[in-house]
Amino acid sequence: MATITEDRVEPRDRRAKGPLIYRQSIFTRVTHWVWVVCLFFLLCSGLNIFNAHPTLYIGEQSGFPNLQTGSQHLDNAWLDIGAVNTPDGPRGQTTLLGHSFDTTGLGLGMSGDPANPEFRGFPGWLTVPSYYDLGTSRVVHFFFAWILVATLAVWLVASAFNRHIAEIPPGPRDWRQLPRDVLNHLRLRFEHRRQYNVLQKIAYSVVLFILFPLIMLTGMSMSPGLNAALPWLVELFGGRQTARSIHFLTMNALVLFFIIHIVMVLLAGPFNELRQMITGRYRAGPEVGFDASRRDKP
Amino acid sequence: MRQLILNRRRLLGLGAASASTLLLSGCDWYDGGLGMGDGLRSALERANALTYHAQRLLVGQQALATEYTDADIRQGQRPNGTVDPQTPEYLAVKANNFADYRLNITGLVNTPLSLSLAELKALPARTQITRHDCVEGWSCIAKWTGPQLGPLLDRAGVQPAARFCVYHCYDTMDDGSLDGPPPYYESSDLVDAFHPQTILAYGMNGGDLPIANGAPVRMRIERALGYKQAKYVHTIELVSDFTKFGGGRGGYWEDNGYDWYGGI
Repeated sequence: MATITEDRVEPRDRRAKGPLIYRQSIFTRVTHWVWVVCLFFLLCSGLNIFNAHPTLYIGEQSGFPNLQTGSQHLDNAWLDIGAVNTPDGPRGQTTLLGHSFDTTGLGLGMSGDPANPEFRGFPGWLTVPSYYDLGTSRVVHFFFAWILVATLAVWLVASAFNRHIAEIPPGPRDWRQLPRDVLNHLRLRFEHRRQYNVLQKIAYSVVLFILFPLIMLTGMSMSPGLNAALPWLVELFGGRQTARSIHFLTMNALVLFFIIHIVMVLLAGPFNELRQMITGRYRAGPEVGFDASRRDKP
Repeated sequence: MRQLILNRRRLLGLGAASASTLLLSGCDWYDGGLGMGDGLRSALERANALTYHAQRLLVGQQALATEYTDADIRQGQRPNGTVDPQTPEYLAVKANNFADYRLNITGLVNTPLSLSLAELKALPARTQITRHDCVEGWSCIAKWTGPQLGPLLDRAGVQPAARFCVYHCYDTMDDGSLDGPPPYYESSDLVDAFHPQTILAYGMNGGDLPIANGAPVRMRIERALGYKQAKYVHTIELVSDFTKFGGGRGGYWEDNGYDWYGGI
């Protein structure tokens, strides 16, 4: 009996369509795509800037073994992507919290043609420009940093006016939905409602209200000019080298978000999701009622 | 309707495909256009001017870089760039333990100055423990001692036409240039030149400035990155513009693509 019901309902449900709702304003869509471009160039130029000194530290300054003055040297590095000589020739080596790993296969520390390898932190196919050029990478990085900040300002103002910003933080009702939404996601069943589901709200809140401010403020904390104006800012992050580390870790978090974001778009229906972010219109699920007052289309 | 949807679908597909090609075709795609003097690069470099003007507007002209305590000096000062200049002029002054060294203040000034190391050491000195931030990303805290540049510029009488200080150095950078190794030089605006923490450092961490760190005299311009802290300085020239020096961008590293302001 159950089987028959399912057979009857499933195909009809799949064909059944909800309304074509207007979900994303022009400001949300344009800023979204500008951020895509900005974050891409910020990432690739940033990795090349990292390559100039592929070591991260905790505190104000960087400890160097060869500058030892007292009985022991300042040893405050927690990540290093370099290369070492081994009996089998040079290898890429990443040292994380005192543990060293051979990362030649990942292209970390050593990459390119094995016969004529390049010794750099991140490989050339990930960096802008593809060759090591700190000055040029900084030009690219700071240009797109300005665009990112300006676009975020536009987004904040527009989203305050059109109330998009209020749709993003999860509310008490969203948290009650959390177990159900997690289960739905695990079963790859996606609801297409007017509002974001709670997992979307959490992800977008983390990016917009935590990761974006964090990566901008830690970036500003590395500017000696701004340090003079806002000395408390770099202290808030625990010193310039800690700020550089947080900047790097925040970049990792944004890359992780990007990967999850793309996977979710592909799973939830890439055509509908792309249409949403290009035209603003989104095909809602059949459970969503038609509402002409909200500019719904059939 | 069906036609329309297909078109729109195709459009979306095309858009996505071209966007992903643009972003994922490998970063070397962008190498063209980023060389010195290329149009794209020049457009992007305008952001550097924006940064400079924004910081000059927002950061008080007298705002001080953070100063640290002796306990924060955890190691020696990491030397970078030239660590042992071999130019005949430098070897000559070094041979005599810098007794014949002169610091010249020239250019658009009413009274050019020429001071020996002893005369510099006789001036009121400022000692500051500051963080040196290399453009590469590392930082190192050290103590610097020397007279402020501002009072010396006042003594020389800066003419109204002067807008920049150019710091000429003894060391050259052997970068394979066809004209031979170019001399290191740097420049700053007069805001940084007259800043209270801008000193002509002859002392470091309580002793004489080591050769690797720029002996006998180096600049400390504390609100800027390491490449602005010119070492082995022999002449400070007041100019209205710096395009006639080196590659015309205001410094050795600037001529190699680094931003002139250096405060970020």
